[in-house]
Amino acid sequence: MSKRIEIKDLNVYYGNFLAVEGVSMVMEPRTVTAFIGPSGCGKSTLIRTLNRMHEVIPGARVDGEVLVDGNDLYGAGVDPVKVRREVGMVFQRPNPFPTMSIRENVLAGVKLNNTRMSKSDADDLVEKSLKGANLWKEVKDRLDKPGSGISGGQQQRLCIARAIAVQPEVILMDEPCSALDPISTLAIEDLIEELKEKYTIVIVTHNMQQASRVSDKTAFFNIAGTGMPGKLIEYNDTATIFSNPSVQATEDYVSGKFG
Amino acid sequence: MAKPASSPSSTPKVTQRAADRIFAGSARGAGITILVTLAAVTIFLLAEGAPALTADPEDIAILDGQPFLAYVTPLVFGTLWAAALALLMAFPVAVGIALFISHYAPRKIAVPLGYVLDLLAAVPSVVYGLWGGTILAPGMRPLYGWLEENLGFIPLFAGPASGTGRTIFTAALVLAVMVLPIITAVSREVFLQTPKLYEEAALALGATRFEMIRMVVLPGGRAGVISASMLGLGRALGETLAVAMVLSATGVITVNLISSVNPSTIAANVALSFPEASGLNVNALIASGLILFAITLIVNSIARWIINRRKDFSGAN
Amino acid sequence: MSQIATASTANYYASNRLPSYAVGLLLVIAFVLSWGGFSFLRPEGAEDGVNLPLVGVVTALVFGVLQYVTSLIVEGSRRAIDRTVTLLVTLAFVLAMIPLLSLLYTVVSLGAERFDYDFFNYSMRNVVGEGGGAAHAMAGTFIMTALATLISVPVGLLTSIYLVEYSAGNRLARSITFFVDVMTGIPSIVAGLFAYSLFSLILGPGTRVGIAGAAALSVLMIPIVVRSSEEMLRLVPNELREASYALGVPKWLTIVKVVLPTALAGITTGVMLAIARVMGETAPLLIAAGFSNNFNFNPFSDRMQSLPNFVYYSYVAQGSVPEAYLDRAWAGALTLILIVMALNLGARLVTNIFAPKYGR
Repeated sequence: MSKRIEIKDLNVYYGNFLAVEGVSMVMEPRTVTAFIGPSGCGKSTLIRTLNRMHEVIPGARVDGEVLVDGNDLYGAGVDPVKVRREVGMVFQRPNPFPTMSIRENVLAGVKLNNTRMSKSDADDLVEKSLKGANLWKEVKDRLDKPGSGISGGQQQRLCIARAIAVQPEVILMDEPCSALDPISTLAIEDLIEELKEKYTIVIVTHNMQQASRVSDKTAFFNIAGTGMPGKLIEYNDTATIFSNPSVQATEDYVSGKFG
Repeated sequence: MAKPASSPSSTPKVTQRAADRIFAGSARGAGITILVTLAAVTIFLLAEGAPALTADPEDIAILDGQPFLAYVTPLVFGTLWAAALALLMAFPVAVGIALFISHYAPRKIAVPLGYVLDLLAAVPSVVYGLWGGTILAPGMRPLYGWLEENLGFIPLFAGPASGTGRTIFTAALVLAVMVLPIITAVSREVFLQTPKLYEEAALALGATRFEMIRMVVLPGGRAGVISASMLGLGRALGETLAVAMVLSATGVITVNLISSVNPSTIAANVALSFPEASGLNVNALIASGLILFAITLIVNSIARWIINRRKDFSGAN
Repeated sequence: MSQIATASTANYYASNRLPSYAVGLLLVIAFVLSWGGFSFLRPEGAEDGVNLPLVGVVTALVFGVLQYVTSLIVEGSRRAIDRTVTLLVTLAFVLAMIPLLSLLYTVVSLGAERFDYDFFNYSMRNVVGEGGGAAHAMAGTFIMTALATLISVPVGLLTSIYLVEYSAGNRLARSITFFVDVMTGIPSIVAGLFAYSLFSLILGPGTRVGIAGAAALSVLMIPIVVRSSEEMLRLVPNELREASYALGVPKWLTIVKVVLPTALAGITTGVMLAIARVMGETAPLLIAAGFSNNFNFNPFSDRMQSLPNFVYYSYVAQGSVPEAYLDRAWAGALTLILIVMALNLGARLVTNIFAPKYGR
């Protein structure tokens, strides 16, 4: 489990508009990497290229390579469906399927490939995934209740359980805590600490304190002006970025001068 | 607007209040008119229909000696049967088209496609009847012949195949085409309103387009699609001309789809018999119209009940 | 760098896919097979030549099977199912287009036959067989629809104003809303029976008269106008009303000078669509207004013909020269469709050009 991600010279386009320009970086297995930067700098766009979810928007395309353990996600003949199976995603707003129970939600991704799973195997997987998301104790008695009937923080953990049930290599998190209260946020940050032992994690966050708390390395993105492409400005160990950044813009951002 | 306290005329304020009251009163009155109208409809129909139920069947020529119930039962059967067949044929196609427009067609042609389908809805029923009777019915004849030859052992296709093609199945087919745009339009809206959030959740798990639709779009849209179908059903039940112009009716209860012996529907029967009817015959026909009204009332109430149950979950307001 | 190590192994994320030309190729193969099948294995007693619609159906079926099987083998069952569903959904759309195109083609080609000056200027008075026209029917439709609109729009608009501006959801409003819902479900023929009963009472039994037809149409039109106007009025932002009140404008004047003009485009569209809908109604007019061959401009006495009714009777009671009656029926159908389409298009134009764009 858990793979190394290498981005090589990636340009992301929406139609003819260049949204993100020339990104190159390496993310080692079992680390947490944070993408930070002001609104509109392209960090959400970039994270979505890591599981080809940006293609959901018509006209979106990329130039360059994204290598996961050496395999180019954008190589010839690659099936986006397969990519998304291996690279899981958790969204900004918790989105458990409202018409499914908690149990069905956890199994949703798994059922796509193994339509026939014995009940005991399924139960084991549900328990294992919910434990992995630190949600088991809270919901183990109401697995058959609707997935939307729990609190926001619990819903987000359910989404995480759903994502890890398919045993991905990488987990992408696009501002997973921005819709949650501080206590749920803390719960998720603790969870990320545990998850990084098994998965490579990339997290986009607006909250710099969060980035400094949970990530091993941080990437700072910035945008020169509206209509200009976003760029990777500095990428380094989190401690370095926050205490001793090399680029002035990074220093300005982390000390709150803009953004 | 402030007038000095010593001004003798404070009438403008009073006039405006009067104008306000008149206006509000007329608005309210209009609303009450609607209630009165509906009450009038029910009362008049009951009043005119009742004599047919109380009179001696012998006096009502149109009944041909049978009691009223025996006269109206095949009509009720025909109405329900034709509408059910129409819905059975229209529903899957309508859902398919709605999905096509909401999730499969390229965006640039999806909107014009919607317009084209609304064209189907705008065609008056008499034109459908004309087309059904002169084009569709003869076109279905070879099919009926083939069905009788090859599947004649099934009671549905027992035959003998109609020479003109004007069977209840043809009528149901025309009804299906008429009801299709109604179901499609509502279903399309429902599918388009599926929150992108859940669609992306499914795709991010590695679902194919159909799997995403199966997991998110269809379950979410189920209530809307069902109520759309019930509205379509209501329309099919009340449709007069399409059936009257397409069907050659004998007034017998039968499930044979392809013969020239067909049950008629209440609405078509009224349309065909009314011009020549007089006296108690008119009352009998009105009574049958009342029954039709009751049936459509029940169907539409169910549809509305389903919508209202769902309303609590939508963000409407 | 790590490229070298994996150059010899296939990309982990690649999976077998059908090449892009596969779909087209399979379609061609399916068509050839079904055409060939029909040409050579002619069933007994079938006519010469190939039955094109049947070939189309068989082609679709064969293609579906071929696509599913090849996809199953190359890509796996999930993709195979996905492709099949895409096919089904596209077929559904094609299926719906067939009756529409057939209908439009028939109406235009057959209706053109009598789409002439006589048709628009003469009635059927003293006409047996050829000749004559539908002018009396068009006049009747115009008169009855205009009367119905005259009745329905004030009542409907005022009711919707009451519901939106005055009622605040009280009991009366809730019953009105409920019953308007009920009214939308009245079968048109029942509306006709009601109008007939009403006027039989007033003017004597067996009366069929233009105003009765207008009354029947009103019963059908009012709920449509109420619903659409209500929706349009609700769309007007409350801020506009409050701004007006803050200037000291009384409520009724606010409604007349601020709310209604803002909602006017939408209300007009709704009314136009309602007119288009009732113009095509035959059943209620058949019952309430009767049948006539002559011009009648007085809605209060005597039967009045309407265009949809004209089409109906021309078809159902074909006289000595059936061709002539059918030709007139189709010409009437064509006229009806043109009017209804024009109203629909006009309604859409009104919305697109005049409706205020509310920011969301």
